[in-house]
Amino acid sequence: MEVFLQSLISGLLIGGLYAIIGIGMTLIMGVLKIINLAHGQILMVAMYVTWVLWKFFGIDPYLSIFITIPFIFVFAEGLSKYLLHPLIEKESILPENQVLMTVGIGMVLVELARSIFTSNYKSIHTSYTDKAWHVAGISLHVPLVIAFVIAIFLTIGLYFLLRKTDLGRSIRATAQDKVAATLMGISSAKITILTYGLGSALDAAAGSLLLPVYYLYPDVGPLFTVKAFVITILGGLGSTVGAIAGGLVLGVAETFGATYISSGYRDAVGLVIFLIVLVFFPGGLKRLTKV
Amino acid sequence: MLKVENINMSYGDLQVLWDVSFEVKEGEIVVLVGANGAGKSSVLKTISGIQKISSGDITLNGESIANTEPSEIIKKGIVHVPEARRLFNEMTVEENLIMGSLHGEAKEKRYETMEKCFELFPRVKERRKQLAGTLSGGEQQMVAIARGLMSLPKILMLDEPSLGLAPVLVQDIFDIIKGIRHQGVTVLLVEQNVQTTLTFCDRAYVLENGRITLEGTGKELLNNDHVREAYLGI
Repeated sequence: MEVFLQSLISGLLIGGLYAIIGIGMTLIMGVLKIINLAHGQILMVAMYVTWVLWKFFGIDPYLSIFITIPFIFVFAEGLSKYLLHPLIEKESILPENQVLMTVGIGMVLVELARSIFTSNYKSIHTSYTDKAWHVAGISLHVPLVIAFVIAIFLTIGLYFLLRKTDLGRSIRATAQDKVAATLMGISSAKITILTYGLGSALDAAAGSLLLPVYYLYPDVGPLFTVKAFVITILGGLGSTVGAIAGGLVLGVAETFGATYISSGYRDAVGLVIFLIVLVFFPGGLKRLTKV
Repeated sequence: MLKVENINMSYGDLQVLWDVSFEVKEGEIVVLVGANGAGKSSVLKTISGIQKISSGDITLNGESIANTEPSEIIKKGIVHVPEARRLFNEMTVEENLIMGSLHGEAKEKRYETMEKCFELFPRVKERRKQLAGTLSGGEQQMVAIARGLMSLPKILMLDEPSLGLAPVLVQDIFDIIKGIRHQGVTVLLVEQNVQTTLTFCDRAYVLENGRITLEGTGKELLNNDHVREAYLGI
């Protein structure tokens, strides 16, 4: 029972980080109507930025989100403005080709990271990396708890942005009906570019928060793209609440897989669930709960 | 007030508007009538800036507004309530109204205008917290018009507000449009419901295959043989 609870809680904690990765992906999917197959690679870039900041400037990985979030926001806006958006403007290019562009962006980012940092595994060691709090026989890994709390704050912040500000409402309106949004005087080009930046910024936060508990190597990018994809499918495409649920489910499933099967199968469990969802619940959690 | 002069517009190599000219004077209700595919909606799209014209000019009080970005057009006081309502279905009615008031003065007076809209549409007020997608067709049309009014327009362009509504509701909607005119808003209406609209509009234009073929007051057109035969079936 204790092992079960321990796994459940660890899974939920890591799931909180997966949730913000998924929300970022969902935002981009909602407005750009494409699957961002560079999502994990952008997260990887954020992890390297965090690593560099820690290694060379001694900046704590959790504090570095104040740098990685704006940095990745601007970086991703640039990608969107100069590489993705021009594809929408040209009528002869199918919008779906943006997906291929994200694949290309992802590959370039991975290989750039490899040429700069080599393929060697990197990790960081802080004073609290190995610390744990013990509550009622369950140990809570300190870096994961901090990361989880920050993830919750980011999610709440995003919720307020989307619900209570004109900018957020414009993003939702553009996702729901681009033409109607344009008639309301919203520049869909501006919103599209900004949303890619915003979704990637959430991703960046997850990258910084993950670094204290994860190994870093260039191919971590594609791995997280797959995870982000699984989370969004689990949650039902385009649903923010679904993405949160999907993130938590994936986190818990992976931890249970690691505990009860073998830690080598950690990532495989997520993919098996992905297949089960696609075959039996193609609409994901969104279809079950209608949220 | 609004003048459309010899505009031509194409979707790719398919030309849909041919030398279309018409005028809307301040305080009028002007109707463009015509069959499906005649180009009525396309005319509104060129005015609101979501379609570019290839030649001709559109002027508002003498100033050219042709091929201007939609976000500028709405700031100049022209709002386009699109065909089939196109509400933001997963947003509440109130949020939909807010989306109509994103700029300048409309934004400052947002909640004041909203109260006025609620007076005009008490039904909309009852539903203010509901998701727009859960409303009935008539209620959705009211929200769509209210969302247009939220931008404090000088000219309200309505694309087939009677589409898909029960006859009783159609009458309600037209009564509301008359009320809006009384508040000093000029109305440019696109309709297939020829009989009813011609009875209450000031002037009308008949659009056929992308060309203006007839114009006159509502009464004149109601008595026109071609209109009677082609659109009224008499």
